[in-house]
Amino acid sequence: MDHRPSNLLDEALGSCDGRFVLIEDSVETSGAFVLHHLIKRFLITPNTPSAAAAIVFVALARPFSHYDRVLRKLGCNLSVHRQNNKFIFVNAFFPDKKSDSYSIKKKGCRDSLISLYAKIRSAVEADGSPEVRRNHVTVMIDDASLLEVAADGCCNHVTDFLHYCHTLTSDFGCSLVVLNHKDIYSCVEGRTPLLQMEYLADLIIRVEPLSTGLAADVHGQLTVINKGLWDEKKSSRLNNFHFKVKENCTDYFYPGSQV
Amino acid sequence: MAADKPRPSSFSRISPSAGSPHSPGLKSGPNGTNFVSTGIADLDKILGGGFVLGSLVMIMEDPEAPHHMLIMRNFMSQGLVHNQPLLYVSPSSDPKAFLGTLPNLVASKDEKSRDRGRDQEQEKGLRIAWQYRKYFEENQQNFGGSADIKHEYCNDFDLRKPLDKQFFGGRRVECVSVLDSSNLSSLVDRCAAFLSESARNDVSCGGRLAIQSFGSPQCEYSNSEWDMLSFLRSLKSMVRASNAVAVLSFPPSLLSPSSSKRWQHLADTVLSVKAIPDEDKELAALLTGYQDMVGFLNIHKVARINTQVPVILEATTYSIKLQKRKTLILECLNQAPVDGSSGSSYGNTGCSSKSRSLEF
Repeated sequence: MDHRPSNLLDEALGSCDGRFVLIEDSVETSGAFVLHHLIKRFLITPNTPSAAAAIVFVALARPFSHYDRVLRKLGCNLSVHRQNNKFIFVNAFFPDKKSDSYSIKKKGCRDSLISLYAKIRSAVEADGSPEVRRNHVTVMIDDASLLEVAADGCCNHVTDFLHYCHTLTSDFGCSLVVLNHKDIYSCVEGRTPLLQMEYLADLIIRVEPLSTGLAADVHGQLTVINKGLWDEKKSSRLNNFHFKVKENCTDYFYPGSQV
Repeated sequence: MAADKPRPSSFSRISPSAGSPHSPGLKSGPNGTNFVSTGIADLDKILGGGFVLGSLVMIMEDPEAPHHMLIMRNFMSQGLVHNQPLLYVSPSSDPKAFLGTLPNLVASKDEKSRDRGRDQEQEKGLRIAWQYRKYFEENQQNFGGSADIKHEYCNDFDLRKPLDKQFFGGRRVECVSVLDSSNLSSLVDRCAAFLSESARNDVSCGGRLAIQSFGSPQCEYSNSEWDMLSFLRSLKSMVRASNAVAVLSFPPSLLSPSSSKRWQHLADTVLSVKAIPDEDKELAALLTGYQDMVGFLNIHKVARINTQVPVILEATTYSIKLQKRKTLILECLNQAPVDGSSGSSYGNTGCSSKSRSLEF
């Protein structure tokens, strides 16, 4: 695979500014690499001034050290970005020392989500203040299903929370990237949260295992549904291609095109 | 343990905890992780070295057979042999009794006559490929007692014999029955206490946390799926921050499908065991060595800590066998060639090809 500056995924995504990107994955194939790709893309983009971008990252699935190591291998030093306030890490992975996850129930899951939203909003507002105007603030949530766990099963509250986060895209022009697990919502009665998210999203990236089984060269397939690409020349709004995840990059290619 | 401290620059030293471990119970792996042995040599090999320190391992039980207990037992025995602290959480009313069923180290014949001193006792655990054991036994007389290898990373265990008492003495072994507590917060506290202690006491020694049949109907909280999920969530974060591995078995059939998926997403490594139907003639004709098989082991997910690259295994289904009716081994399914297409697909080889007829 040749290393073109823009790969198939970036081509299919187009611009993410001010949009809601939903990444869906499953137990067999993790979609975390798409998230890593987007972090790197937002933090190091050649055509935008680097000071303009910032990420607010809500981590529920993994600790900071994990992202730091992974992104370091991709060529992006998160620790430095974190010090420069370009990568704002909201650690929700470890339940608070004084109020562990069990007190959330007592406190009410609504309140904990409200405080989380307040955190995000303050981070976004601080970044969007007129003096230091930043045009690309991205809010990332890894992952939404754990948000439901943290909210003790109040999926409505989580949907509300995501709605609020979604309003940030219009109010402050920031983008929202949410990772969720599609296979959790496969049963009929529990589908609504996912369907609502899919409805809100401008871009849906589905990460699926190959239907033919495991392969060492092809780690799975990506389907990108781009809802906003009406006016561009591309004939199809639905892109489908395979990928192979490596430590320092990910290869994207059309089925059968890899030697 | 996954190194928790973010390094300020790319050129700084790797933290010593991620470096070479001193304890024989640990093995350093890629990306600053450490492995502890599963107690089954083949499973160690399959998983790339064992269970990753700081990971949450889940074993999905089969309602028809207690094969998950085989994995649990070996995991716990190996921990005791390595003198690692152990916390065992069980739904039974007397969890201590279970420790009596843990398998013992495999003893070779010539050593039986020997003095049962401590060093020699541990030397028995010297692991070697079983095919060559007969040669090894001949050779060992020449070695005499001079070999001073105290511990191997992974020992062989004899499922028929209970673990020697001497292994219970050294390190902290705790047993908890979930029947004692009606809600999960006390269990969280117990696990937190155990994990924080194992993180503090010994950097070079990994702790083992075994939770058997979590969410089984004996537990009072088995109806409240969200409570169990938030327990798992805090367990995961506690284990990640500590120097231990948590292995948890659960009956997926008792959970709703979406909950079961949520559990699997929370776990770092997911295994499942399946019983073998007793008299399945078709399967017996398809798979070589069917008579020796005890069950199947499926590997759904392998821990990816500090990396984004997925682990692609050679096969995901393995047969569980008992070697000489005592040692647990795992083997790839050896399948008679039925049709061309099934040759390279490893997914669920045993089951998918069952229905196919012979074609030429």
